Amino acid sequence: MQNNATSTVAVHDRHGEAHAAHNPALLHHFATEEQQRNSASLGMWVFLATEVMFFGGLFCAYLVYRRWYFGDFAAASKSINMWLGATNTAVLICSSLTVVLAVWAAQTARRRLLIGSLILTMLLGLLFLGIKGVEYKEKFDEHHVPGASFSFDHEEIPGHPGQYANPKHAQMFFSLYFVMTGLHALHMIIGLGIFAWLLTMAWKGRFTPEWHTPVEIGGLYWHFVDIVWIYLFPLLYLIDRHK
Amino acid sequence: MYFAVFTALLVGTALTVFAATLDLGPFNAPVALAIATVKATLVALFFMHVYHASERLTKLVVVAALFFLFLLLGLTMSDYATRALS
Repeated sequence: MQNNATSTVAVHDRHGEAHAAHNPALLHHFATEEQQRNSASLGMWVFLATEVMFFGGLFCAYLVYRRWYFGDFAAASKSINMWLGATNTAVLICSSLTVVLAVWAAQTARRRLLIGSLILTMLLGLLFLGIKGVEYKEKFDEHHVPGASFSFDHEEIPGHPGQYANPKHAQMFFSLYFVMTGLHALHMIIGLGIFAWLLTMAWKGRFTPEWHTPVEIGGLYWHFVDIVWIYLFPLLYLIDRHK
Repeated sequence: MYFAVFTALLVGTALTVFAATLDLGPFNAPVALAIATVKATLVALFFMHVYHASERLTKLVVVAALFFLFLLLGLTMSDYATRALS
């Protein structure tokens, strides 16, 4: 017992000496700062791989039903405001640029640029959700939300005059539309939470060129959510628009 | 570099909206998906730094994620697409 206690003290002493030799941000189980950063981003990528499968299931369901009910899906897709979706795509691309700038600012110790980019990213994220809200409100007003008051009667199938979409099949499109965009919006809300936390950390001056892992990891998450939207936009908003 | 990718992404978005207004016969969906894939690849390679990743494991994880996604989509769709043949 006595022996144990003394050896613990000895280890603590050696810790103290070791800290003087390296950057305090470097954890002891990593050999170098680069290895530490790589491990963090590798872990994030593994998480993003699970997210790919998570959204992948929904994309798979979407593809199956789109093949079955193509005309109904085209009619339903046409009822969504394409320009709101296109604007939101541009908004997200702009936010991805501000995220990249934030990561670069953290790497190069530009605190004001870092804080500015984080705030701008959050504003763009809020703008995205606001536009999404306008879009959802239109759908509620038109009774295009799946449920008891759903109605999609006498909507022509694009390119087939006189043929009307089956409301039940169109309801399937709107179910997928709300689940996919809703899940994406949920990711945006979580992203805003992460960025609010990054902002407070940046405000306190916690990030240095040696240690800004949360900015990088949070950035990876934000870009991933952007990529999901890049696929959602053409798949949900642009079916058979030319007809 | 970042601004070049950013511009390419905006151009891609405009292009996909424009392509949707054209009648490309059976090619509307493939063109839209191709543009989306180019955009997603640009984001992953340059914004998410996969291109410059020093850690090869990161690239392996990205490829593995895509592999399993295509396994999911490919096998499911090859089932549904060939049901009419039997």
